[in-house]
Amino acid sequence: MSATSAPAPTAADAAAWRLRDRLGLAFAWLMGLLFCVVCAAIVIFLVVQGVRFLKPDMLWTNPKVGFNQSTTGGFLAEIVGTVTVTAIALVIAVPVGVGVAVWLTEYGRPTGLARVVESTVEMFAGAPSIVLALFGVILFQAPFLAFLSATTQGHAYGKSFFAAGTILSLLALPIIVANVREGLRAIPDHVREASYALGKTKITTIRRVLLPSARPSVITGTMVGAGHVIGDTAIIIFLLGGTYTLQAVGHVPLLSTLRGTDSTLTSFIYANAPTGELNQPQKAYAAAVVLLAMVFLINVVVDISGRKARELKWT
Amino acid sequence: MAVVDEFLLEAEEPRFSEDQRAELWLGALVCGVVVSLLAMFVFIVAQGWPSFAHNGLAWFASGGKVDDQLTRIANSGSGAHAIYTFRAWPLIWSTFLTTVGAVVISFIASLFVAIFMVEFAPAPVQRVLEPVIRLLASVPSVIYGLLGVLVVVPFIFHHLISNQMEQSVTPVIALSGESLLAAVLILTFMISPIMISIFAEGLRAVPRGWLEGSIALGVNRWRSFWNIAVLTARPALISGTVLATARALGEAVMLSMVAGTTGFAPNPADGLLFFVEPTRGLSATILQYTDDFGSAPMKHTLFAIAAVLLFSSLTLSLSGRAAKQPLRRYFNVGGAAA
Repeated sequence: MSATSAPAPTAADAAAWRLRDRLGLAFAWLMGLLFCVVCAAIVIFLVVQGVRFLKPDMLWTNPKVGFNQSTTGGFLAEIVGTVTVTAIALVIAVPVGVGVAVWLTEYGRPTGLARVVESTVEMFAGAPSIVLALFGVILFQAPFLAFLSATTQGHAYGKSFFAAGTILSLLALPIIVANVREGLRAIPDHVREASYALGKTKITTIRRVLLPSARPSVITGTMVGAGHVIGDTAIIIFLLGGTYTLQAVGHVPLLSTLRGTDSTLTSFIYANAPTGELNQPQKAYAAAVVLLAMVFLINVVVDISGRKARELKWT
Repeated sequence: MAVVDEFLLEAEEPRFSEDQRAELWLGALVCGVVVSLLAMFVFIVAQGWPSFAHNGLAWFASGGKVDDQLTRIANSGSGAHAIYTFRAWPLIWSTFLTTVGAVVISFIASLFVAIFMVEFAPAPVQRVLEPVIRLLASVPSVIYGLLGVLVVVPFIFHHLISNQMEQSVTPVIALSGESLLAAVLILTFMISPIMISIFAEGLRAVPRGWLEGSIALGVNRWRSFWNIAVLTARPALISGTVLATARALGEAVMLSMVAGTTGFAPNPADGLLFFVEPTRGLSATILQYTDDFGSAPMKHTLFAIAAVLLFSSLTLSLSGRAAKQPLRRYFNVGGAAA
């Protein structure tokens, strides 16, 4: 697109312009360069601090009690926690999100309902995560959901991987819906008509033609959603129990872990900041750089799938 | 498409039921999602209702020290002993100041950065800047909070707060560097990448021909872009601003790290002191008092705060949606939420 446009105006071109236009252009350059400098400063500072304090063994040792920052172990349990909680959230949010998006684009009848669904989902895209977290605290203490977390004398503790993952899925849901809808809408109608003409039903068309074609958008939505889930702190603090190692509940192998409590990298950073209860800034920097690396990987996947979606041209 | 549907429905009797089953299942799923989201909203408001009912409209007013009130609420028993007296104004004022401050600054900055990036930056800068902005937009807020508390807060404490300033407010409040200024600054850094990426997407979607037409008529590059692309991309400007405002409004963890833990309303009449006074917004308050959740009056008060937050963010999304509609006359720029 930009290949067809003229080269950017030089200072000599701009000299003949009115003052207002020159000021505007100058301000845009100033802001742009300032932003570049700030970006570079943030990224370089974090990477330098992280590399200074990140020791490889932190990645495979759990946090432990120690006298100073060199004896308190690493954050293996937090990495496991981040991955687990994100996986739970996506396992819930992706099927539901794809379902909602398919219904909205392909069915959407009655129209009134479709409009309500659309605006509700869009409205909750901006819901503060702390409000969702507060809601989750009450929800998972309810007796009928007690089996999802530890119970003491019949009272549900309400904090577990299940609880955190379920509420976190609400963060990813609107993002997945928006992206999948966009992907489905980009497929022209004649593709659907071609499938119907071959005698395929609507649901077969959706399953065999439309969703495979929209796969890049599904991946983009999933990954952007995963980025939000990984980065959330409030829900983790409220609903994952705040223990710094994995604390299983019960004896069934996988289930006991998922009913148990842990921390994630975000809540570990929060606890290790000078304002938190552990206060070990070096650990916080190291964990921040690991978290940043995860976010970066997710971004790379988003980039690749976004490029694929753009390559897919319908004629 | 609709024509084909009806044709299928009539012609293929046995397959009709499979299709209809699928539609029913999907419809049920969608209804389930919407009903549970709306039920959540109703539940939050209902849980907060006792607090609103006891205070009336004074809930939103000022009066007394908000932290003392919260402590009293947390320590009061349930039933007849319950105390609900709560004046949330300092918290509301703090949320308002940090959100509006950060959104106004980052809107202006982001608009110009987006213009620079889309139209005026040299190609290599453009290629580097774009992925960096997308990365910064997805950096978790707690990392910004960490940077704030380890870099910005000490800087403010050592360089911007003089002993004299500190002594002048000692009876009222302690200045530690955790301040309104730090909050607005870090919040600005946090939300501007979000704004820039949505703005840039909208600006890039403006048809090249419209700009070329204007340039061919002799209008200079800056004015063409400003008058045509920026005006056309207004829906994208609105959705970016709404999304960023929602993020700023709901941010709890990062603000509790950099803005302090005292429920204090910074007073603009204090002059320069105003910027270095600590403050704590609505969402950070919920975070700070989670441990007192066992007390029923406290639970209702926290849910009342949550209800106010949720209501403001829902109103924000709705008004953003309403404001975008009339602007979509020509074509749709900046449709999907990030």
